[in-house]
Amino acid sequence: MTKTRPLSRTAALLAALGVLAVPAMPARAELQVNVTQGVTDPIPIAIVPFARAVPADGGFDVAAVVQHDLESSGRFRAMQRRDMLTAPTRAAEVQGADWKAAGNDYVLVGRVTSSNAGELDLDCDLVNALTGQRIGGKRFVANSTNLRNAAHQVSDFVYEQILGVRGAFATRIAYVSVHGQGSAQQFALIVADSDGESPRVILESTQPIMSPAWSTDDQWLAYVSFENRVSAVYIQRVRTGERRLVSARAGVNGAPAFSPDGTRLALTLSGTAGNLDIWLLDLATQALTRLTDDPAVDTEPAWSPDGKSIYFTSDRAGGPQIYRLDVANPKHVQRISFGSGYDARPRVSPDGSKIAFVTREGSNYRIGVQDLASGTVSVLSRGSLDESPSFAPNGVTIIYAGRDGEIGTLQTVSVDGQVTQRLTSSQGELREPVWEPFPP
Amino acid sequence: MRDSVIWVAVIGAVLLTGCGPKPRPVPASSGGTTVTSDQSKALGADASNAFGAAGAGGGAGVAGPNSPQLQNRTLYFDFDSSEIRSEYNALITAHARYLASSPTTRVRLEGNTDERGSREYNIGLGERRAQAVRRALMLQGVSETQITTVSYGEERPAVTGHTEEAWSHNRRVEIVYLN
Repeated sequence: MTKTRPLSRTAALLAALGVLAVPAMPARAELQVNVTQGVTDPIPIAIVPFARAVPADGGFDVAAVVQHDLESSGRFRAMQRRDMLTAPTRAAEVQGADWKAAGNDYVLVGRVTSSNAGELDLDCDLVNALTGQRIGGKRFVANSTNLRNAAHQVSDFVYEQILGVRGAFATRIAYVSVHGQGSAQQFALIVADSDGESPRVILESTQPIMSPAWSTDDQWLAYVSFENRVSAVYIQRVRTGERRLVSARAGVNGAPAFSPDGTRLALTLSGTAGNLDIWLLDLATQALTRLTDDPAVDTEPAWSPDGKSIYFTSDRAGGPQIYRLDVANPKHVQRISFGSGYDARPRVSPDGSKIAFVTREGSNYRIGVQDLASGTVSVLSRGSLDESPSFAPNGVTIIYAGRDGEIGTLQTVSVDGQVTQRLTSSQGELREPVWEPFPP
Repeated sequence: MRDSVIWVAVIGAVLLTGCGPKPRPVPASSGGTTVTSDQSKALGADASNAFGAAGAGGGAGVAGPNSPQLQNRTLYFDFDSSEIRSEYNALITAHARYLASSPTTRVRLEGNTDERGSREYNIGLGERRAQAVRRALMLQGVSETQITTVSYGEERPAVTGHTEEAWSHNRRVEIVYLN
């Protein structure tokens, strides 16, 4: 995908300053996914090893990735390979009754074949074990370098066929990692597959990096960097490393959020006098429009999917609470949360029906979800310092940052609270996960 | 040439950290950097530790920032508060006197919070603390132009740990002399 070539003088200068924006550097440590709680009655499925195209597929085990994906969702239980008596690779070869007798509701079979021009065809068939009928199948075109992503797409296909909800296995997450302490701290902005594989460092700095946010076309990340000792907002094209400084005004430059149409950035500015308010920055013209004007802290803007509203945190009534403003008429502000005295950092679900946020329960900071129509709030996490919730693009799961003893880890919880996972790294502290939107 | 030497060192660091306890073969895919940020700005920045009274020219009878009475440069705050405790009145007065007498000296006020709660909201709380110190200095005659503020929120803890003891050391404003 990217080629190695000599780094520019620019990059060397920036590197000397302790900051490095890069298109794709292998990250230092992979994430390990552990399902800490699944549904009580997971769907039994047999994922039969796929026929391979040796050596063109590089020995890659598609079925193992699909099995890992589906099991990590907490909704499926996969049959052990060693218990499989046959190894069909096409729907017609599946003897449904035998697989049903072995306890399966579904059987997934498939094959990788070499096609013209060095490409690989990845075909899969999903069979109902009870009826023996093929439910559906799909072909993905891949090559030896992106077979893993194609395998995630097989997982997405199976997930949607059986559960009726689009899968999000083929999407990515971005997060911040921190190594070391005090003046030796090293910050990195990392993009990885949603299962934690293939982590890539896209920015490194000795100064804090925070608040990454995806554009809805999934091409750009906006973030805050303190590389010049003060805050500034940048946007960076993930694939190439190209980046633009978009706000380095006096005072706070923070909390960037791309508008759904990608033309504007909502962000927090304070000016010299230190009054944090939410502004809109037009990315083409650089024109700034003020959205809030209140002596309180107004920050953490989050767009509704239709682009008409912005949810945000404000302590105008004392403690932080969540409010919503009308972008066309920003003076029209409505309070949304009426919680514990501390509700902050809203993120809106992809269908616009819920918000996830940080809420205080006693002395603990946890992840809450509020249904916007009914106002009902559920607290989904059990940690003491949970923060930074972000919805998966299918709205099923929320990823957030929590603590596991001394170490900051990424955790997920399904919106219904039934499935939890922990993603741990072999070293360093992980924070501020943000889930990529579905590709357009 | 100098640039390439620097670059080799940084590459080395990246590769070293890239080979953590669990080395992972990754197809070479670095390079191709097209950073288009504002270098001149970046170069002009970091002068944080470069205080030292040289040239700052303290006014009549007031010692420079290296003088003993200006060595206390950190103010701590109560939980969820940006109110300056009365114990810091003398600290504020000492710095204000020096800065008022030396109008070319500039300081950066760095606001910080403990780790609890959301990160960007904590940026707001840290800024509020820095502004409280800014106003206190200006009330004692320091010019607006001598002061910049930055809030690091919870991003730069002075002390690691997740206890009230650690948190109380992290809720702070640091006065950093820039020249």
